[in-house]
Amino acid sequence: MEPLSIIVRTICDIFAWFLAVFGAYVIIHGHLSPGGGFQGGAVVATFMALLLVSHGGKKLLSFVKPGLYSWAETTGLLLFIGTGFAGLTTAFFYNFLAGEGGLFGAVVPLGANSGILNSSGTIAVMNMAVGLEVIGGLSLIILYMFKGIRLYDDTGREETGHDR
Amino acid sequence: MNWSVHLPALVIAVPLLGAFAAPVAGLGGKPLRNLWLVTVSALTAILSIILWRYVQVEGIMVYVLGGESWALTLPSGLSWPIRIILEVDAFSAFMAVVGSIAALAGAFFSLRFMERFSGLDKFVSLYFLLTAGMLGMELTGDLFNFFVFLEIASVASFGLVAYWRDRPEAIEAGFKYMVVSTVAAMLILIAVGFFYGRYNAVNMAAVARMMRFGYAEKIALVFLVASLAMKCGTVPMHMWTPDAYTEAPAGVTCLLVAVSQASLYGLFRVCFSLYGTSLGSSVVPWTIIVMGVLSMFIGVTMAVIQKEIKRLMAYHSVSQIGYILLGLGVGLLALNDPQAMAEYGFTAMKGGIFHLINYTMYKGLLFLTAGALYYAAGTRNLNELGGLARVMPHTTFMFVIAAAAIAGLPPFNGFVSKLLIYESTFAVYPILAVAALVTSVLTLASFVKVFQTAFLGPEKSVFQHVKEVPATMLVGMSILTIVIIGLTLFPTWSLAHLVEPAAKALVDQAGYITAVMGGGL
Repeated sequence: MEPLSIIVRTICDIFAWFLAVFGAYVIIHGHLSPGGGFQGGAVVATFMALLLVSHGGKKLLSFVKPGLYSWAETTGLLLFIGTGFAGLTTAFFYNFLAGEGGLFGAVVPLGANSGILNSSGTIAVMNMAVGLEVIGGLSLIILYMFKGIRLYDDTGREETGHDR
Repeated sequence: MNWSVHLPALVIAVPLLGAFAAPVAGLGGKPLRNLWLVTVSALTAILSIILWRYVQVEGIMVYVLGGESWALTLPSGLSWPIRIILEVDAFSAFMAVVGSIAALAGAFFSLRFMERFSGLDKFVSLYFLLTAGMLGMELTGDLFNFFVFLEIASVASFGLVAYWRDRPEAIEAGFKYMVVSTVAAMLILIAVGFFYGRYNAVNMAAVARMMRFGYAEKIALVFLVASLAMKCGTVPMHMWTPDAYTEAPAGVTCLLVAVSQASLYGLFRVCFSLYGTSLGSSVVPWTIIVMGVLSMFIGVTMAVIQKEIKRLMAYHSVSQIGYILLGLGVGLLALNDPQAMAEYGFTAMKGGIFHLINYTMYKGLLFLTAGALYYAAGTRNLNELGGLARVMPHTTFMFVIAAAAIAGLPPFNGFVSKLLIYESTFAVYPILAVAALVTSVLTLASFVKVFQTAFLGPEKSVFQHVKEVPATMLVGMSILTIVIIGLTLFPTWSLAHLVEPAAKALVDQAGYITAVMGGGL
């Protein structure tokens, strides 16, 4: 994949960060607004897709470290199952943080309100865990699919083996 | 607080933790990863057995995931359950024990068998995901949750079936399985949607209590029966079975056999507990019986002519699934008639359920011995194998036990369950028993063929360097051999303590419903 023109590259450089921020917003507000961990994570992962299209694969592969994304995936999954196990004193997946005060446990007042961000207990933690996992996983999928295309690249300039 | 109440969740959560923490265990290199694979599998098996004991003593267990209390199924006076509920009766617990023992054997076997390939952290992750999906399908009391676990198990098995990624056949088998499974899963999702639309509930017990057998329910039933029969590989939807079972690594095939039993579990859970007596007519039981007889006969006739050892065994799984369908189908036929149930229906169900554990054990063992042959001799082609009994005595011994069990030779456990099925199906239609007998004879014929060509005969010069397989692989096979010998030596105990409670739980639809709907605090 060849790099696109400088105009496209500059615009993508700027917009990629907006995508990441918007994705983080969707993840963090998962319990209040549409979306959640998976959707937000998918939005953040388009960061990788955008850079891949604009800068070309060669440049992207030179600075992306797949190991980092692998670790994001593992950390997210462990955080998720760990939160599940932590509720085990009551029931598996019990929301032990809700209504307890602190960072995640703000008490929601009765009556109409616009939603309180830090009120959801473990739901927010799990959204973030899933978000982290999906960011890692989808970014890796994009990278590996690109490597798969390169295998059948018919330009004849570059031929790389299968990642066995 | 008694920790045993958390057992249903733990049985699923432990393999999930095993899957998610596998990359961390992989940091410690080969020894730690292997230790992790074996320890978590063993822990899952032990937890399943404790769960089974607990259910035997305490009756049906319900567990509310994330609830204010683990038993609060109907919070704040609602008339239907809203949370994800695990419901474990004797049949579920029995299935969990069967599945987790097969998973343990496959895990031991895979330690050395898989080491020729890289990416083993991912293998461990997928293996545990497959185990968790299977156990989840067997323990859940929620239709949508069943679909979710079915998808977890399917997605994990796509990766595992295609794990020998230097073989194009493996990729093809994985792709075929993916297409078939996805179609099946979508049909199940539509069926769950029907229930949600009609009853505003997806909990099995809640739906079962409100069930009025109308058109929507009939369509949902067709979707559920067809797709679950497809997932467990019955004729005429069996075309993915030979490919997937042949191409998956042997340890995985052993687990895949147990996973197909989870789909079978789902099929009978839907027929007995969800629809139960409201099925009314005998159309569905006869559909299951006919599918069973077709699977038995077509599966075995296809098996006799195979040259490749794992493919032969894979066609036998189609045929053995037929026995289980036949037994439980006859039980379903007798469900509305207490006299028929007492005369032959309950015997047929006992036979079917006993055959289910027997089948999983000896078929798992057969696939493991086939894997051992492949590992040692480097080929699966029966025309090339020969004279291996001298160099692989332990494998030969275990193969003989498994082959005798699957063929239903008298002292072995396969004979007991087949006899129960013959007796009871004879009362319905003698022709069913005849078909089952003929199938059994053909099974014997094909395993005599395998034994004769692979193990007996003169030593071949190409196999001079062949040695017995490593100890851990033998341990994996021994686990299943010990279970088979145990079931063989104590058929009465197994029938009374393992099989009969499971069959009773399956028939007792009212008990299944009240455990959730009459529960709560």
